[in-house]
Amino acid sequence: MKKMSKMFRTAAFAVSALALYSGAVQAAEEVNLYSARQPFLINPLLEAFTSATGIKVNVVYLKKGMLERLKSEGMNSPADMILTADIGNLQKHVEANLLQETSSPVLEKNIPAQYRDAKGRWYGLTTRARVIFAHKDRVKPGEIKTYEDLAAPKMKGRICIRSGKHVYNVSLLASIIAAKGVEAAEKWAAGVKANLARKPQGNDRAQVKGVYQGECDVAIGNTYYMGKMATNEKSPEQKDWAKSVRIIFPNQEGRGTHVNISGAGVTRSAKNKANAMALIEFLSNDAAQKIYAERNFEYPVKAGVKLHPLVASWGTFKADAVHLDKVGSYRTEATKIMDRVRFNN
Amino acid sequence: MNTVALSSATAPAPVRTRLSWLNVWTIGALIVGAIVALPIITVIVIAFTPGDDIWSHLASTVLPVYISTTLTLMIGVGVGTIVIGVGTAWLAAMCRFPGKRLFEWALLLPLAMPAYVIAYVYTDILDYAGPVQTVLREIFGWTTRHEYWFPEIRSTGGAVAMMTLVLYPYVYILSRAAFLEQSVGVLEASRILGRGPWRSFFSVALPLARPAIVVGVSLALMETLNDFGTVDFFAVSTFTLGIYDVWLNMNNVAGAAQLAGVLLVFVISLIVIERLGRRRQKFHNVGGTYKALPGYTLTGWRRVFAIVACVLPVGMGFVLPALVLISNSITYFDAALDSKFYQYALNSVLLSSLAALLAVLVGIFLAYALRLKGGRFLKILVRFSSLGYAVPGSVLAVGVLVSLGKFDNSLDAFMRHSFGLSTGLLLSGTVAAVTFGYLVRFLALSFGSVEAALEKITPNMDGAARSLGHGPWRTLGRVHLPLIRASVLTAAILVFVDCMKELPLTVILRPFNFHTLATFVHQYASDEQFGEASLAALAIVGFGIIPVIALSFAITRSRPGSNGQEGTQ
Repeated sequence: MKKMSKMFRTAAFAVSALALYSGAVQAAEEVNLYSARQPFLINPLLEAFTSATGIKVNVVYLKKGMLERLKSEGMNSPADMILTADIGNLQKHVEANLLQETSSPVLEKNIPAQYRDAKGRWYGLTTRARVIFAHKDRVKPGEIKTYEDLAAPKMKGRICIRSGKHVYNVSLLASIIAAKGVEAAEKWAAGVKANLARKPQGNDRAQVKGVYQGECDVAIGNTYYMGKMATNEKSPEQKDWAKSVRIIFPNQEGRGTHVNISGAGVTRSAKNKANAMALIEFLSNDAAQKIYAERNFEYPVKAGVKLHPLVASWGTFKADAVHLDKVGSYRTEATKIMDRVRFNN
Repeated sequence: MNTVALSSATAPAPVRTRLSWLNVWTIGALIVGAIVALPIITVIVIAFTPGDDIWSHLASTVLPVYISTTLTLMIGVGVGTIVIGVGTAWLAAMCRFPGKRLFEWALLLPLAMPAYVIAYVYTDILDYAGPVQTVLREIFGWTTRHEYWFPEIRSTGGAVAMMTLVLYPYVYILSRAAFLEQSVGVLEASRILGRGPWRSFFSVALPLARPAIVVGVSLALMETLNDFGTVDFFAVSTFTLGIYDVWLNMNNVAGAAQLAGVLLVFVISLIVIERLGRRRQKFHNVGGTYKALPGYTLTGWRRVFAIVACVLPVGMGFVLPALVLISNSITYFDAALDSKFYQYALNSVLLSSLAALLAVLVGIFLAYALRLKGGRFLKILVRFSSLGYAVPGSVLAVGVLVSLGKFDNSLDAFMRHSFGLSTGLLLSGTVAAVTFGYLVRFLALSFGSVEAALEKITPNMDGAARSLGHGPWRTLGRVHLPLIRASVLTAAILVFVDCMKELPLTVILRPFNFHTLATFVHQYASDEQFGEASLAALAIVGFGIIPVIALSFAITRSRPGSNGQEGTQ
């Protein structure tokens, strides 16, 4: 596999050099990508890939309907690979039999086992932790240590959170089901709901803004939003929001903090499988992982890649070691729990 | 003299047609109707594929909330758009007050503003951290939100306000055109019979404009049902939000399609009820002296009221959000001006124009086929095929996707089998697929306006043209089209503006490396980085208002006798 992609790269280099020489612009090699991740996030990575390999990347950015599109296009689909966030989304494509089994020593070396499919149908490329943002003064050190603390009566009227149906919250709840069972998870969700300062709304940043403005004392959000706010030159007021809170990595003495991934897989219909594998391998290498870390403040999956200094300043943490496949399998149940406790209403 | 509409008319004598012509129209309409109906039928088929039952779960948990929220939203937006739309239309058409010329077209401007955009803008202004509440806190010395009450913008009421502000132009545009098309004789008769302006409005003009108002309100309500961006942002649990939840979070497409099917049945019932309500009425202007509308000259407090009534919707629905967009665009100019920005703008404009043209042609063809010979089956089929507007965009996109995929793959299999060559995917993932999606989605706009306009032309007109030896095509071209050109133009521009804003179909159906302004906005908006998206959002609004303003002038001009001379049609 490695040899092949190397061969491809060499070939691609040769061809692109030739193309340059002859003044032609058409790329000889390409890979077709359906991506649920925003172009502004992944374009720098894709450009780096193209300049390193000469392989052109064609992208359709689509968040909803990717699965239906692949399904209806069938084996004639032009898509070679998919890129998406959240384990639930990757798993849906596996269940619909849209992704093919692959193996790659490079990926097996770069990506820890819990963040990839055993059969190589999907590979996690970045991780993000769902943490608690607590007001620096109004929340005393040690007052909140776990997700479970959020459901305790002392938190009444102090929590801000986005819609309970958002994929991040559904996955968090699914991880609680995986750890403690449906009943305990439902009790937890009802407890958090009872402690909300306001109806769930907005995105993760809006929750931190809520803390900053005194609407609530704690917010729940993904780590990278903290990085985006703290360095936001365009909307400097977001720096103040970020400054008002500190990050608590929950459940450090227990199972660890809930972590989710963004990842990729090769489609069954892939016509450019080798190029697709080359791209996934490229995305897992040091250089690409560093771009992920620096641009989007995500945690690289590859060990040893340097974190963004800001992300590093939040300290290391213990991640929930549960295999993400298991978390993904509880998503439907988690969604139903959100309905049963009427989380959003 | 003028004889007047709203008579309880009997069906006009059938127009004699040659059989061959009849067949072209009927068969053509059957085929076109069936093609456009295909994605909607596909959604229904998907609903019947076996899957997990969602109903018992939903019924015992959130379904009642979905229903009550959705009904509240519909009633709110319905009342809001009628009051603002009809009220301002009457002022702009019939009254004289300072600024009237300006308001005539300015009242249309919010049409170009996507609902989710003004939702973002107003949340920034009105939420806890926004300038309004901050100033209030400073004035009154409050420090936390628990010390005072302020309406929550992210609520059902907030959603009603946002949608009313951008959707009332549908009602305004159609009812204003209807008021302008009314023969002045009707109003003269009313006044001669001793009715004042208010009673003339309520007992004559309003009932006469009813078909147009109904079309406008139903368009606004279907947009409301369809909305995802605003209700998602406000976390208002509507039926449509529930559909997405079942589809994406519970991974149950069949269940989502079932919910969408229920929504469709609901919409169909509303349409049927309304039609039953006026089935005995005909709205032809039989006679035809048109002259300049009298125009009530407003004075004193009435004048002030009229101005305020026009300033508020334009200011809140357009001027204020546009100013915010402009200021954001300046701040974020570097990030926003992607090197391919102009390409995206070009894509948007070309695709929207193409779709508008197509939708209008198909709309005219179907409406006219129905007028020539509306068999019961054809009537039902055509109405059904214009239901795409009532299906949530992404669900409809799946319908388009699946039906095109089926077609492409069947053709490919057939060609491989018979000729040993593969045609691959001919339509899926092409610009043609996106255009077809727009047609399915927006046919209701063009068909509805054309049909409503044709309804107002007395069949005697057809009879006269035909007895003078014109076939259906020439009658359409030389008699009907000139009479309904304002409505046709309105339809084209409504479709154009809607396509510029359209998101789910474009995102799901488009080819590789293809962006429109709306999808460009979407990638940032989906990460709530709204600043970066402002310039593109502004461009959508900008490209939208040009045809909207042109349209307004065209409507004013199109009224027979608008130049003050008495004219006869």
